[in-house]
Amino acid sequence: MQVSSSKFKENAHDALKDDNLRAALNRVKTGFTTARANAAEGLPEFEDLRDKARDIKDHVLENLDYYLEYFEQKVIEQGGQVHWCSNASEAREAVLKICRDVDAKTVTKGKSMITEEIALNKFLAAQGIEPIETDLGEYIIQLADEPPSHIIGPAVHKTKEQVTELFHEHHQQYGYTEREEDPEKLVGEARAVLRHKYVTADVGITGANFLVAETGSTVIVTNEGNGDLTQSLPETHVVVASLEKVIPTLEDVSTVMRVLARSATGQEMSVYTTFSTGPKRDTDLDGPANFHVVLLDGGRSEMIGTELQELLRCIRCGACMNHCPVYHAVGGHSYGWVYPGPIGAALNPQMVGLEEARDLPNASSFCGRCEEVCPVRIPLPKILRHWREEAFEKQVGPKPERWGIELWGFFAKRPWLYRRVTRLAASLLSMMAGKKGRLKSLPFNNGWTSVRDLPAPQGSTFMAQWKSKGGRVK
Amino acid sequence: MSSKEKILGRIRANKGRGPLKKEHADILSERIREHSHNLVPKRGLIPLEDQIDLFCGKLEALAATTERVMDAKDLPKKVQDYLKEHNLPSRIKMSPSPELTDLPWKDLPTLEIVTGAGAEEDVVGISPAFAGIAETGTLMMASGAETPSTVNFLPENHIAVLDIRKMKGSFEEAWDLLREKNGDQGMPRTVNLISGPSRTADIEQRLIMGAHGPKNLHVILVGDGEKD
Repeated sequence: MQVSSSKFKENAHDALKDDNLRAALNRVKTGFTTARANAAEGLPEFEDLRDKARDIKDHVLENLDYYLEYFEQKVIEQGGQVHWCSNASEAREAVLKICRDVDAKTVTKGKSMITEEIALNKFLAAQGIEPIETDLGEYIIQLADEPPSHIIGPAVHKTKEQVTELFHEHHQQYGYTEREEDPEKLVGEARAVLRHKYVTADVGITGANFLVAETGSTVIVTNEGNGDLTQSLPETHVVVASLEKVIPTLEDVSTVMRVLARSATGQEMSVYTTFSTGPKRDTDLDGPANFHVVLLDGGRSEMIGTELQELLRCIRCGACMNHCPVYHAVGGHSYGWVYPGPIGAALNPQMVGLEEARDLPNASSFCGRCEEVCPVRIPLPKILRHWREEAFEKQVGPKPERWGIELWGFFAKRPWLYRRVTRLAASLLSMMAGKKGRLKSLPFNNGWTSVRDLPAPQGSTFMAQWKSKGGRVK
Repeated sequence: MSSKEKILGRIRANKGRGPLKKEHADILSERIREHSHNLVPKRGLIPLEDQIDLFCGKLEALAATTERVMDAKDLPKKVQDYLKEHNLPSRIKMSPSPELTDLPWKDLPTLEIVTGAGAEEDVVGISPAFAGIAETGTLMMASGAETPSTVNFLPENHIAVLDIRKMKGSFEEAWDLLREKNGDQGMPRTVNLISGPSRTADIEQRLIMGAHGPKNLHVILVGDGEKD
């Protein structure tokens, strides 16, 4: 997808003025968070399972090369193929070749963030192959020609009225001429339209939540059942997955599964968890004749062994964004690339470059809720701090911002001077404020005072009061 | 250099090593072969009758319906009653599994039984579950010559039949059972873990049933819990 992370501030400003988005984000704020809290409470072993899940993912990342080769071997034994791809363009070409080999005209798709990452839909369409998203949320945003705004609820930003209009515009060709407003009927309409597409598609593309080394299986998790129809009806099933999804055994998958849905939607299990292993067997009555795994690196191998390695534990549950006050305020599109919220702020600088995504690590109040709810305990605030340091050291970002930090650093390293200057500044501000005790405007800080007054500091500084009460001062 | 070599090379270079040494690799392959269970929640590790209650309770909370017959030969009648009660057509797509086809369907001549894979026009499908997982109220369905997976997904109404001797407390026990049954063949083409009927919350987070898979899931548990 088109990167617009460098426009984060403008995007965020626009988002704050969007009333529909505000309503949608309020639903995220209450719905997902309450459900997750209840699910966590409902399983006494939940916290210990989070530790186990973290340990399993760490174990994989320490031995990633071994498990990837093991996985490939098992896929081959079961009659499938693995296509190793260093970057997005190789992955797109690999999918295209598979489609061309079976002379594909239409492709149905289950939900996959990796195919968003490699911008597969636009590419296939340009090659004359029609991609059809089948997850309802993905289908809605495909009709709207928008990227997802949430990794598990791609269309959370859309209102029912907007869906009504989209379906009215696009479904008339199938004979749905009435403007449908009832959500249940809207779902029914999508179900009917897509049903026939499943049966007639030449290729089904899904993502993967896990790749099981032990068995060569790929695993998807859905609530709708769209992924299952996508992969069992066409002649060819293509799984597009990134390499950190590999996991050693079915037992390890079971452990991680127990924290995945609970963290994501607050369900104990998603409705459908599907393990796919190779093409149909000789005696099978259904299933695809061809099974391919397109394995994407996309910058991940470079994160191994660095301070970013822990990001590769991510199981894409979305809990971090569901609990993020910044995400709640600005929504997913503001982040300007595939991954929004805290995980996006931590991951995107690596994936699209720090220059482009430099505002994202700053889009955090470091409240720490993301780390608190992350099922695999990724230290997201620590990684955001890493990016801030990196941005400062590499001199990314506007000069005034750097000067400000340098200036603050100068005083912070000289406490005696810091105390004097703050005392002076406090009394200066207090003088400027006059009797009212409030400042209507502040030089260099119009952003703050344009919508509210700044209360002026009152009395002496904290350090002065501390000292006067007999506190020890270094 | 192929992309595979490049990717593996980058991983190894960042780890500051070459391919894993044999003794290390042996430890990992042993870890895979052991199938040792990680932390398994206590919730499902209870006697069979309690597991059945837990299983049914969880499934019902997920908007599925459940009932039980002590003797498999009573199952066709239960199915017929279900169809009548829900005003469903009497044509059923059935998995060609002896576990179902051997039952006395002929006693109910008004039912039209069609065996085979699922198809677009099917309204009701019936298939046998490979196992039940009490922990979360989950059905494990395993594909095969007698159990095409499309029967579980294409019909709007899915009836799953679970022999209670296949009730397990946890996912781990169900995997053990699958390995025991499948031996060296590895996994079936697909294993579907199903916890309730299809749903979506993609329009304003409102829960709506029957997004793409079945709108209704009815689970009939069969047996009195005695061994053969």
